[in-house]
Amino acid sequence: MIAETQTPARPQRRLVQAFVKFREIGIIVFIVVLAALVSLRNPAFLTAANFQDIVLNISILVIVALAQTMVIITRGIDLSVGSMIGLTAMMVAYLVVAFPGMPPILAIPLGMLLGAALGSLNGLIIAGGGVPPIIATLGMLSIYRGLIFFYSQGKWINAFEMPPSFRQLAKGAPLGVPNLILFAIIVALGVYYFLRYSRTGRDIYAVGSNPDAARFAGIPMQRMIFRVYLISGILCGLAGVLWASRFEAAQTNTALGFELQTVAASVVGGVNIFGGSGSVLGVILGAFLLGIINNALTLVQISPFWQLAAQGLLILLAVIVDSTILRRLQRITSRKSRT
Amino acid sequence: MIQIIRSRRAMFLRWEWLLVVLIVAVALINTRLSPFFLNSNNLLRTTSDFMELGIMMLPMVFIIVTGNIDLSIASTLGLSASLMGWLFMGGWDIWLAAGIALLVSVLAGLLNGVLIARLKLPALVVTLGTLSFYRGLAYALLGDQAARGYPDSFTFLGQGTLGTTRIPFALLLFAVLALIFGLVLHKTTFGRYLYAIGNNEPACHYSGVPVERIKISIFVLSSMMAALAGFILAARFGSTRPDIGTGLELTVITVTVLGGVSIFGGSGTLVGAILALLLVGILRFGMGLVNLQGQVQDIVIGLLLILSILLPRIAGRLSAGVSWRKQTILKTALAVTVALLFGLFFFWSRALILTQ
Repeated sequence: MIAETQTPARPQRRLVQAFVKFREIGIIVFIVVLAALVSLRNPAFLTAANFQDIVLNISILVIVALAQTMVIITRGIDLSVGSMIGLTAMMVAYLVVAFPGMPPILAIPLGMLLGAALGSLNGLIIAGGGVPPIIATLGMLSIYRGLIFFYSQGKWINAFEMPPSFRQLAKGAPLGVPNLILFAIIVALGVYYFLRYSRTGRDIYAVGSNPDAARFAGIPMQRMIFRVYLISGILCGLAGVLWASRFEAAQTNTALGFELQTVAASVVGGVNIFGGSGSVLGVILGAFLLGIINNALTLVQISPFWQLAAQGLLILLAVIVDSTILRRLQRITSRKSRT
Repeated sequence: MIQIIRSRRAMFLRWEWLLVVLIVAVALINTRLSPFFLNSNNLLRTTSDFMELGIMMLPMVFIIVTGNIDLSIASTLGLSASLMGWLFMGGWDIWLAAGIALLVSVLAGLLNGVLIARLKLPALVVTLGTLSFYRGLAYALLGDQAARGYPDSFTFLGQGTLGTTRIPFALLLFAVLALIFGLVLHKTTFGRYLYAIGNNEPACHYSGVPVERIKISIFVLSSMMAALAGFILAARFGSTRPDIGTGLELTVITVTVLGGVSIFGGSGTLVGAILALLLVGILRFGMGLVNLQGQVQDIVIGLLLILSILLPRIAGRLSAGVSWRKQTILKTALAVTVALLFGLFFFWSRALILTQ
């Protein structure tokens, strides 16, 4: 009986897994072809220095896109990430300037704590209050962005005001690789382990792929949903500190519109917008592809004004390709289970 | 069934009355705050700041009623205004340029609609993609340039008033459009279909409602209205930059949801949305009178959006007689504590800098 009910599910799951793998290989092929074409036009593309540049440019995106991915897996969306990054960057930068003697490493836990407060408010409104994620985070996007203006009275913190040690936080490279890249790697490994091996991580997938089944299985839905927004806040707090340190400035428009890039990286990386699936590797590749395109446009001397259009086109392409392949897979599996 | 409909209708009536009460309250506070509020010239002039919003809100009500969303409207606005400006700078007649831009906006809406209705892709992602794409095209057209020097006959769209009165032309245009959209939504089969699609799309499909065609048409409509809003905005500014209207989609959605249109589709009225537009309008006008920065005003609008969903839910739970479980109390306490702690830290660190 049990074996019978399981058999139709199995090939489907195997096919979906194969698809996810294929998806990642697909992005890699796309990246390789793009890299080959660009390097034909400009050999400066295929150099270690340029590669490091690209990775450096996408490090913050990777951190936040992974947070966004976890939210999307639960069928939610966090539109407030850009504002949370901006607010923590501004608050941390002010404190760093106010207390120049503070060891800069303290800015990291401080930023994460502030981010946790913002994220938990999002989580409480969504999980506790039952407000749809898109509405709640849309409102929070305005609120947090407005708080940045209220906090700073429209003023910016500039590079010369920041202590050099704080600026070294992201740029310094005591281990040979810029710290910023190391932070991104640590976060990626942490999220990979969390989603794959921790109980909460597995529950997050369960909540997203079949909420009813998850509820019947006794998974505390609200708590899981609260947690992904909390994590999103914490990672945005970290990203805010790194942003202020990397760009040596905290502005009122820091990370304005960044939420779109994070959703783009997730969707291009194969995260299903309807929830339930998505992999860390895919998201990293998605962010990498966005980074390469921005870098390549500059190197082949296409006006940077085309960047936004290219990014939009890429999102559309990714969702179209995904849906066509997935639909074909479903047709194959349904035919198989019928015979 | 009839009872459900009746109680729903009662609820919406209440929602719209609540908006009216809020509008009156804000208006009273405004008159207290500033003697310049109750000045018909000021009031009429200030409406022109919201007409672009209103014009884009009308089709947004249609789209959200069907359970979809269009995030790309502000970018379509930017694309059509930029294309018009670019053609105008290239020596074209302004009205011909506007006509071409309107045609392009139809194509933009078609792309959205076909991807969403025919390929069954989620509206959120598709319009998020076209948000970047259309805005990117606007930047590609104008770059860091601004188109300007529009003739007076064109700037009349955004700046003109009717005859000798002080009624802005854009206000009249909005009123006419609102009437048409309201009649279509509430008095035609097409309008009933929109609600039906929002309530149960598969059922509509099986009962022979042309779901695909309706969905495509409302996305085209939305893009055309965005283009119209773009012309009015460009006419009001007297120039077009590629970043024109950036972020307006969020305000439009906020106003629509605040007006009682359910984000899940299937319910809401156009009157509610127009009342919400009025509320946001006079709220912003009042905050402007007491010299609050635009971005700080956004805090109030954001709060209003969240509370408009949160408070009815809490009230519903309380009136349904759900007892205050330990968990609920704990959660509320947690929210209050986190907000308080963050607020304390926020003001403490802010004072630290401001006193320096």
